[in-house]
Amino acid sequence: MEKCLGCLSCYFACAVEHSLTKNPYTAFREVPKPLPRTRVIPVQKYNVPMRCMHCEKPPCVDVCPTEALIKAPEGPVLLQEPLCIGCKGCILACPYGAISLDLARKIIVKCDLCADRIRKGLLPACVEACPTKALSYGKVEDVLLERRKAKAEEIIRGVTGFVSSSIIMYSTTSHG
Amino acid sequence: MSVTPIRKPEEKSIDKAVQAMIRRAEELGIETVFHRYEKMQPQCGFGLLGLCCWFCIMGPCRIDPFGLGPSRGICGANADTMVARRVLFHIANGCAAHVEHGFHVFETLKEAVKHAREGKEFPYRITDEKKLREFAKKLGVPDAETRPVIEVSEEVVKRLEEDFNRTAEEPLTVLKAYSISSRRRVWERLGVVSRSMWREIVEAMHRIHVGVDADYRNLLLHGIRTALADCYAMLVATQLQDALFGTPKPVETYANLGVLKVDEVNIVVHGHNPLLSMKVAEMARSEEMLKFARSVGAMGINVVGVCCTGNEVLMRLGIPPAANFLQQEFVLATGAVEAAVADYQCVMPALSEIARCFHTKLITTMPATKIPGAIHIEWRPEKADEVAKEIIRTAVENFPRRVKERVFIPDVKSKVIAGFSVEAILSALGGTLTPLIDAIKRGDIRGVVGIVGCNNPKVPHDRGHVELAKELIANDVLVVGTGCWAIAAAKAGLMTIEAQALAGNKLRKVLEALKIPPCLHMGSCVDNSRILVLLNLVAEALGVDIPDLPVFGSAPEFMSSKAVSIGTWFVAQGVNVHLGVVPPVLGSEAVTKLLTEDLEKLIGARFVVEPDPKKAAEIMLEHIDRKRRALGLPT
Repeated sequence: MEKCLGCLSCYFACAVEHSLTKNPYTAFREVPKPLPRTRVIPVQKYNVPMRCMHCEKPPCVDVCPTEALIKAPEGPVLLQEPLCIGCKGCILACPYGAISLDLARKIIVKCDLCADRIRKGLLPACVEACPTKALSYGKVEDVLLERRKAKAEEIIRGVTGFVSSSIIMYSTTSHG
Repeated sequence: MSVTPIRKPEEKSIDKAVQAMIRRAEELGIETVFHRYEKMQPQCGFGLLGLCCWFCIMGPCRIDPFGLGPSRGICGANADTMVARRVLFHIANGCAAHVEHGFHVFETLKEAVKHAREGKEFPYRITDEKKLREFAKKLGVPDAETRPVIEVSEEVVKRLEEDFNRTAEEPLTVLKAYSISSRRRVWERLGVVSRSMWREIVEAMHRIHVGVDADYRNLLLHGIRTALADCYAMLVATQLQDALFGTPKPVETYANLGVLKVDEVNIVVHGHNPLLSMKVAEMARSEEMLKFARSVGAMGINVVGVCCTGNEVLMRLGIPPAANFLQQEFVLATGAVEAAVADYQCVMPALSEIARCFHTKLITTMPATKIPGAIHIEWRPEKADEVAKEIIRTAVENFPRRVKERVFIPDVKSKVIAGFSVEAILSALGGTLTPLIDAIKRGDIRGVVGIVGCNNPKVPHDRGHVELAKELIANDVLVVGTGCWAIAAAKAGLMTIEAQALAGNKLRKVLEALKIPPCLHMGSCVDNSRILVLLNLVAEALGVDIPDLPVFGSAPEFMSSKAVSIGTWFVAQGVNVHLGVVPPVLGSEAVTKLLTEDLEKLIGARFVVEPDPKKAAEIMLEHIDRKRRALGLPT
């Protein structure tokens, strides 16, 4: 969160990725204009990139009367556009406010985790565009492992820097 | 340091030396412009469209082109204002670079004249009296051909001083001297005649300040006025450089990294101003310095050029150009350079890091250009000889520290004939313009295209430059140009007599008769003024305005603010200008339309954006043929 500078590169890249021309020089001239699926919301001193969390038990999928929204086996919550009737039930149901309405096409619009890019082995457009790496993409376990490693390193640095070595001995024996 | 390798170097540059050096740099863990460009992707979309503004501290502001966010900045500036302010900023920035360059040359010449008058020694003197007299005559100095040269020089200094310092609402003297009357009438009608060198830049900076000019048309009109000041500052630089160092004549040498030598002290001159590079190049040939070089085990001293100061010493001394803009880091990455001497403009700060990987000394020389990690040996006109000597001594002393095992010089170089000043072109034509005019009239020369400008990693290095030139000469269009294009064309072998074979049948006959290459090297980027002088001559000879001529300008790989300014003044002079890189203006439909359509009605020419060199050539040929038909010439 502290890495996000609020530059809106994710927002811009998202709109370009979901355009017909996929070109930053031409996307905004398309009719209708392509819609970004992500927003950056400033709260206190932080900027918070907000988009679909791809819930494990997605309320939007539960309320969708036409089964337009599905939880794909690989993880993302996806919209099957031809089935959407624009009833806005999912918009009400989403606790993150991550679904919006495309008035031009009379359907809802939400993050698809750049499913097309992922299949090609690319990162989601917002992640690739993020200049400070505030956004990252990966399996939950991998992300957690990275976080655990970073925290572990922090603990050891703290321990070796400020605390007597006997505590390390204690912690080693208790786990080993 | 580990560097993520470039996937396909051949997609980054058409130059074999660069392709090889990308891999060599990666082996050594050296990051170059191509690697940094990849890391920077994707670049900020707002910036690419010109829709961000940081000219005041209420900002930064951004306009959302997708229509969900703000459509105006905090001050209320809309997309048109924002984009136009940025264009004007680039023009003023480019103009400032050339005005300061021109001013340094002027200041040096002024001191040289003063010292000559007092009978005192000075490192610089007027070596090309003929050129000075011609310039003086154009500026309206009475009896410029007959009076003593010192008096004529003083008159020139006086007139130029007025142009730099004018406070009255009067046009620049150089502008009046070097513009055709039909052009001046157009500029007067639009109110864009430039007054003094500095003043237009000051007014430009004022207009882009918060709460001043909000009308995109008004902003861009001043852009034209500022660009015209740039144009004539460049002209002053060229004329005075010729007066000090000689007007270029055809010279033959080689171009590309292969000109570096394994057994000699290699000194690179890099930047734009010839004031120091000429001294270094001359001094390196002195017996004293050669003896010193031999004493440390070197076979000699090899001065090579990078960017436009390289073009300056190439044109006058036949110093081989080693690289253009995007290639500069690779010169140092050969590990064979004892000293890289920089004056100013287009000198990448990255050079300092690369120099640190080797024994190479990076030497900055100008008060306005210092780079952390470089040695600073400051140039002043009065001590130019000592500075040049100190630089060469530093390089020679550094030679024994070169690590032979780390030297990697790609064996790539091409022959080049350079030095086509307007005077040299006239001389090749037998002293008059008539053979050129006749060839244009007959259609043996279908048209003339000037290709100029930088390199830009947004497009493959040298590809636009070389492919466009090849396409044009194959279609009987004579190509002239300057700057990093000229170095690209030289490296591609397009500036040789053999390259006549690449020309169309009609053009080839003309080239064979005149014994000139199909692509003419007219000098450094300030020497774009030479192209203007030639354009004026051709327009006058045909008795038409410049927009009527079968000509086109192009900057296929432009990158710098200077190029924005140069492109703008070529348009103001009535020449359509092609850009091979999309400029940051698309965020405003109104500005885009003005630059690419409406300017034609206002001033006789416009910008054309086309990244594909083949398509760009088609656009140019179509325009050339249309102009030929309008003049009643065969197509």
